[in-house]
Amino acid sequence: MAKKTLLNEKEIHIILHRLACQLIENHQDFSNTILIGLQPRGIFLANRLVKLLENEYRIKNIILGKLDITFYRDDFRRREDPLIASKTDINFIIDNKNVVFIDDVLFSGRSIRAALTAIQDFGRPKNIELLVLIDRRFSRHLPIQPDYKGRQVDVIKNEQVQVIWKENDKKDMVCILNT
Amino acid sequence: MTQLSVNNLLGIKHLNKDDVDLIFKTADHFKEVINRPIKKVPSLRDITIANLFFENSTRTKLSFELAEKRLSADIINFSAAQSSVKKGESLIDTVNNILSMKVDIIVIRHPNEGTSDFLSRHINAKIINAGDGAHEHPTQALLDSYSIREKLGSVKGKKIVIIGDVLHSRVALSNIYTLQLLGAKVKLCGPTTLIPRHITKLGVEYEKNLTKALEWCDVANVLRVQHERMDIKYFPSVREYTQLFGINKELLNSIKKDIVIMHPGPINRGVEITSDVADSKQSIILNQVENGVAIRMAVIYLLAQQIKR
Repeated sequence: MAKKTLLNEKEIHIILHRLACQLIENHQDFSNTILIGLQPRGIFLANRLVKLLENEYRIKNIILGKLDITFYRDDFRRREDPLIASKTDINFIIDNKNVVFIDDVLFSGRSIRAALTAIQDFGRPKNIELLVLIDRRFSRHLPIQPDYKGRQVDVIKNEQVQVIWKENDKKDMVCILNT
Repeated sequence: MTQLSVNNLLGIKHLNKDDVDLIFKTADHFKEVINRPIKKVPSLRDITIANLFFENSTRTKLSFELAEKRLSADIINFSAAQSSVKKGESLIDTVNNILSMKVDIIVIRHPNEGTSDFLSRHINAKIINAGDGAHEHPTQALLDSYSIREKLGSVKGKKIVIIGDVLHSRVALSNIYTLQLLGAKVKLCGPTTLIPRHITKLGVEYEKNLTKALEWCDVANVLRVQHERMDIKYFPSVREYTQLFGINKELLNSIKKDIVIMHPGPINRGVEITSDVADSKQSIILNQVENGVAIRMAVIYLLAQQIKR
C-alpha cells in the first residue's frame, strides 16, 4: 500500500492557527456560537481548535458539543459492515445560535447531510457553517461545500485520505493511501 | 463486537455476554436520544413492525410501540381480543396474513411457552419475544440488568434476590440467565410452592427466609403474584403471603444497608410490596420503565441492522 505524506506536523500546526483566526474573524467572541465536532474523527480537530482558541487567542467560554450521526445515515443496512454509534454530547439548546460543524475530511458530503438532519433535533440554529481539515474535491455526491478548509486535495477514487492525530498515534500527519 | 450473534430475540438463553454488552452500549446512545428535545431518529424509516399481543399488556406494549416510533418505523398493532383469532384462525395463518402486508419484524406476546421459537422456525421475519407464557421475557430482563448497571455501576459481582412467584414468572427465568451472563450472584426467595422444583440446577440458590435474603443482597427484584395464572391454591391467603414475603418499610429499616428495589410491574400494592417502598428513593421501578424504551430501541435497531434489501 503506497503512502504519501500530504501534511506534516508543522503544516498542520499552521493550518490550525489559520482556521482558528478565520473562526475569530467571523465569530468574534463566540458568545452566540456553538462548535459541534462530528463523531468519531471530527472530535480530535474540534478539541484542538478549542484548545488553541482558549490558550493562544484568549477566547473564553467556548461551547463545544459532540454529535454522532450514525442513526441519521442514509446507508443503514446498505453496507457490509454494521455501523457503530458513538456518544452524542449536546446538553444545550441551539436555537438561534451560529453552529459550526467540525470534521476532518469532507468526501461525499453524506455525513454532513446526516449531521444537518441530526442537529435539528436540538433546536433551530440561526445558521450552520462547515469547517474541515481536508476537502476532497470532485468527490461530492451532494451540493455541500465547506466554509473553512485546511487544505483542498484532488485524489482519485481508490485513494484514501488518512488524518492521524497525536492523541492517537504519537504524531500529527495527513497522508494519502493508495489502496 | 458490532452485530448480534442471533437473528431473532427469542430468549436470553440464546445470547452470549457480548450480545448483552452490545445491546447495553447501543441502549446508552438511545437513552441520550430519548432525553433530547426531539426524541426521534430516522434509522428505521423503511421498516415495518407488527406488535402481536395475544395476552394483555400495558407497559411492554406501550414501551415497544414507543421504541418503534422513536426509531421512525411504521407499526401495526394487533391484539387477540379484537381479532379473527376468536373465529378460530390458527397462529401461523394469522401471522402469515400479517406478513403478506410486508412486515419486517414481529414483536409477539403469547400465553403459550415457545410460541416465538415456533414462529421463528416457520416464518421469514425477525421475531422479538415480548413474553411467552412462563418461559422468557428477554427485553424485561435486559432492562432490569441495564437498570442495575445504571444504578450500581456494574452487574458483575452484585447480589440479586428475586422474590415471590418464580413459578409463573417469565421475568424470573430471563433475569436468571441475564444476571448469570453478566457475572451476578442470584438467589430466589418465596413460598416453596411458587419456586420451580429443579430451578437450583441453573446455579441459583434458594432462601426461604425473606429477612436473610434481604440482608444478603444488593438488589431485590420483587415479582408480582400472578393470581390469574394460579389454577390451584399455592398459599393459604394473600394476607399470609404478605406477612411472610411482602416487602415493607419496617422490614427494610431493620436491615442495616440500603438495597435497591425493583419490580417489573404491574404492582399489587400492599401484597408483594407496600406503597411506601415502591415509591421510596431506594426504588428504581420508574427508571426501569424509562430504560425499557432505550433497551427495546437497541434490540430493534440491532435486529433491523441485519435486514438486507
